[in-house]
Amino acid sequence: MAVPEGISISKEIDARGSFCPGPLMELIRGVKSVQVGEVVSVLSSDPGSARDIPAWVQKAGHEFVGTFQEEGYTRFVVRKTR
Amino acid sequence: MTARIVVLGGGVGGTLVSNLLARKLSRSAAEITVVDATGRHIYQPGWLYVPFGLEKPENLVKRERSLLSRKVRLVVDRVVKIDADARRVVLAEGAPLEYDYLVVAAGARLAPEAVPGYEEAAHNFYNAENALRLRAALYGFGGGTVVVGVADIPYKCPPAPLEFTFMLEDYLKQRGLRDRTKIVYLSPLNRVFTIETVSQMVTPLLEERGVEYRLFFNTESIDPVAKVVRSMEGEEEQYDLLVLVPPHRGAPVVVESGLGDQQGWLPTDRETLQVKGRPEIYALGDATDLPVSKSGSAAHFQAKVVADRIADAVHGKQPAAKYDGHVLCFLETGYGQATQLAFDYEHPPQPPRPSRFYHYEKMLFNRTYWYIVPRGIV
Repeated sequence: MAVPEGISISKEIDARGSFCPGPLMELIRGVKSVQVGEVVSVLSSDPGSARDIPAWVQKAGHEFVGTFQEEGYTRFVVRKTR
Repeated sequence: MTARIVVLGGGVGGTLVSNLLARKLSRSAAEITVVDATGRHIYQPGWLYVPFGLEKPENLVKRERSLLSRKVRLVVDRVVKIDADARRVVLAEGAPLEYDYLVVAAGARLAPEAVPGYEEAAHNFYNAENALRLRAALYGFGGGTVVVGVADIPYKCPPAPLEFTFMLEDYLKQRGLRDRTKIVYLSPLNRVFTIETVSQMVTPLLEERGVEYRLFFNTESIDPVAKVVRSMEGEEEQYDLLVLVPPHRGAPVVVESGLGDQQGWLPTDRETLQVKGRPEIYALGDATDLPVSKSGSAAHFQAKVVADRIADAVHGKQPAAKYDGHVLCFLETGYGQATQLAFDYEHPPQPPRPSRFYHYEKMLFNRTYWYIVPRGIV
């Protein structure tokens, strides 16, 4: 499933196969490195990301744009809001 | 024609890649030059032990020259700029070096200025000077709240703050201070360690030992006057002694050469280890933007791939070696025990139960590193 039109990704991180530091740590790093309003995407092959990533996004108060299933991995898209 | 290979950095990755290339390529085939700013090679994993008086910084340093093959030239100088278009490296003192292949193994820079309040307030064990300062602070510590965590992401050796916490708990007990000390471990994630299986193993150990932990705590700033550390998730923690892994950024030369991302990490192909858009430049170890731990172990396994690929190219063959994400490291759990983490892009770690065996294996590795790693024996 494609990322909806109108969502412009500022930074995409390929964290497939990352166990340490792992996709969530890569996402947090990505969110820290962009400006408020920008969108970060992280590619993950770790099934745990489906739980970990939305939980952090909610805790940190950012906007979870969505989860997009690709062939063998998932793309998680987050907008930095604060 | 003799291939000119220049390696930036005399750490684990730079030293090993140079020695492997020296073994694979004759003097007429290649001229290998390592550039290092200090000419001293440091075994960084040993710093973890310094604050507890279990290691001395002088045991963790050797002359880089003594670790390099005689076929490798060592230039002790600071690299000012990589001129990638001209395939040239500009040095602070000496003449520029032209290259056919460049290996950037320049590591990471500690960037304490990146987090407000860090320099005034926080301790760490991420260089010899800071580890000794922390040793003195612990020696003078009479009880209170010790907060341990990380100041920013990414950082070298993801298990290090957890290992430090376990070793601290053990140390304070031995000093008779445990009853008077609250230990708080701050995790940036929703569990105490990034790898779920490891987290499941070590969380009960923290609980058994009375170590408190906070989850989803990503440091944003420190108030040295109020002695409070604040998170980007909006929480705060009071401390008497604060031990935070410092922020890391890419090597200054990468930043100044315009080759890195916003934090100065080199965009690197996860399998070929070539810098994106620059096939004649390879990157390894802490300098890369790869989603593997910034660790000597990653640099160690990557160096073998880079050496194979460059040697093949020099011999006119299509390089075939690929990095599979392999990392092998240890995690100290205190009381003379440790576990081991081995994983790659396809296989998550299956850590064994902590035992004395893995602690002794780590101790043995720490002692034998100088003889087995730079020479490519393991």
